[in-house]
Amino acid sequence: MSDRLFGFITIGVALAYVASATQIPIGLFPDPVGPRWFPYIIGGVATLAGLVVVLRPDPEPDWPDAIAFVKIGLACVVLVAYALSLRPLGFLIPTALAAGVLSYQIEPRKLPALLTGIGLSVGLFLIFKYALGLGLVPVPKGWIG
Amino acid sequence: MDTMTLLGQGFAVALTPENLMLAVAGCILGTIIGALPGLGPSNGVAILIPLAFSLGLDATAALVLMTSVYYGAMYGGRISSIMLNIPGDEPALMTTLDGYPMAKQGRAADALVLSGVASFVGALLATLGFILMAPILAQIAYSFGPAEYFALYLLAFATLGGLAGNNQAKAIIAACIGLGISMIGLNSSGMARLTFNSLYLYDGVDFLVAIVGLFAVTEVFVFIESGGKHSAIGVKIDRITLPIRDIIGTFWTMMRSTVIGFIAGILPGAGASLGSFMAYSAEKAIAKDKSRFGKGDPRGVAAPEAGNNAAAGGALVPMLTLGVPGSGTTAVLLALLMTLNITPGPTLFTDRPDVVWGLIAALLISNFVLLVLNVPMVKLFVKILSVPAWVLLPGVTMISFVGIYSISGSWFDLLLMIGFGALGYFLRKLDVPTVPIILGILLGGHMEDRLRQAMTISGGDWTYLFSSPIAIGLWIAAVLGFVAPIFLRRYIKKPQAVPD
Repeated sequence: MSDRLFGFITIGVALAYVASATQIPIGLFPDPVGPRWFPYIIGGVATLAGLVVVLRPDPEPDWPDAIAFVKIGLACVVLVAYALSLRPLGFLIPTALAAGVLSYQIEPRKLPALLTGIGLSVGLFLIFKYALGLGLVPVPKGWIG
Repeated sequence: MDTMTLLGQGFAVALTPENLMLAVAGCILGTIIGALPGLGPSNGVAILIPLAFSLGLDATAALVLMTSVYYGAMYGGRISSIMLNIPGDEPALMTTLDGYPMAKQGRAADALVLSGVASFVGALLATLGFILMAPILAQIAYSFGPAEYFALYLLAFATLGGLAGNNQAKAIIAACIGLGISMIGLNSSGMARLTFNSLYLYDGVDFLVAIVGLFAVTEVFVFIESGGKHSAIGVKIDRITLPIRDIIGTFWTMMRSTVIGFIAGILPGAGASLGSFMAYSAEKAIAKDKSRFGKGDPRGVAAPEAGNNAAAGGALVPMLTLGVPGSGTTAVLLALLMTLNITPGPTLFTDRPDVVWGLIAALLISNFVLLVLNVPMVKLFVKILSVPAWVLLPGVTMISFVGIYSISGSWFDLLLMIGFGALGYFLRKLDVPTVPIILGILLGGHMEDRLRQAMTISGGDWTYLFSSPIAIGLWIAAVLGFVAPIFLRRYIKKPQAVPD
């Protein structure tokens, strides 16, 4: 079932890809292939391969249970929030929070997770900033004069 | 100029204090990365590339650092195979078969030393093989035109797809995902394609973002799913002594495995995992007394380690001479070269001899550094295995984020990286190999350019692609490399780690 779905998604995306490739403008000095053909070939081959997967699916993979999916989804949300907050909030606070939450997800004990978050945040900041010389901003801009 | 002169100049480059320091640092870092379960050469190197790049190292220095990490990770992979029965990375899988039983019999130190020596023999001889082979292959590659290159790229996809996964159709889909992504952005004639009018996509998708996403972020999700059940099992190591009898007894095993591994490494798409698998299988096949294999036979420890380290050296040959990577890790190293604006290929040997021979000299030096780190000092690295997953994994994640953020400074790239991580998780569940995606993103642009050049030369005649004997040979090899595994798979079972 998973494989069939994957095959159909592949075909759908591949056809959409070919459709959008038909809109590619052709340059002023056209060559025999042009900018559209290679995307057409890719889309075409992917469609065929998708068909094969639909027609001859592999055995069902062992998906994790719902709890594991929720955990993975949560990790995803944490990472997205981390990505969006790095610029406005600086390095230290988002890193401590994100690392702490990930740590808690792997080993649900509060104190080690807290220490991991703070330790990684401060430790990595010192390494990146002073040993490697990356231009990281530690805290929100307003905090330092 | 002859090889010795060039090598001498290489040593002059590699022995500068800065490069020497980078090589030592790379070896230490690499061994740690290799030793940690779940982190192997490909994702370890991937995580570190953005950082190496943002340090502003020059091309040779960056290459010295990253290839030392690569070799170091190949050495280090065996440590957790032997101590925990968990391969530190995929090529070290075969080492669990005899390494862990040997450790359980109280011979952990012997197994570590023996496999360290085997790694050294394999890697050193392969580096020498590289010195002999690479210039020859570069000479041949000089005669390649666009038709031959197009066929060669196809061969890389075919063999990698044929061997990497269990399902050919899924490997094709993976390659198409990568090729499809590589088309996004401004192409070589400056026209924007498939950007959906998003400014973020005008520069295309940075392959480092894709690589770190697929290798590092995916690992995070897989780890969370498995609940991080990688805890140290109580195998103790005693004093480090030289198991001279084992080393002498496995001398020919190491030699044979090195040759097998090196050849497996050169073949596009085969790489180190196949090298160690073939070396182990061959050794078992020719052994008179097979009964000890799987129960702690020293030959079963020496063979895969000599094999996979030799393959790591062999895999550098096609990557540097043809610009076609033979494995996931060399694909990542190719990404590094492209980021540094170095185009691998036959001209690299004449245009940038400082880079090529400096790299070779650095590899030779790294091998000796690694021997010291991995034999007398191996106990230090065994300690690293006790770093708990709940510290390790958040640490790796944060390093990946900072690495990508420091080269692009854009939140869009970070989100894209998470997207690739999620995609990689689902693909891995569905048994779709992800290395062809990387290869597609890396080679897509070149492949299209070669095709268009070929068609321009021939005035649109498609038969031009099959017009030279070399091109025809490459096409036949591609078809065989892709189709043959379907039939061979019935006879060759993929190796599995032995359960406790």
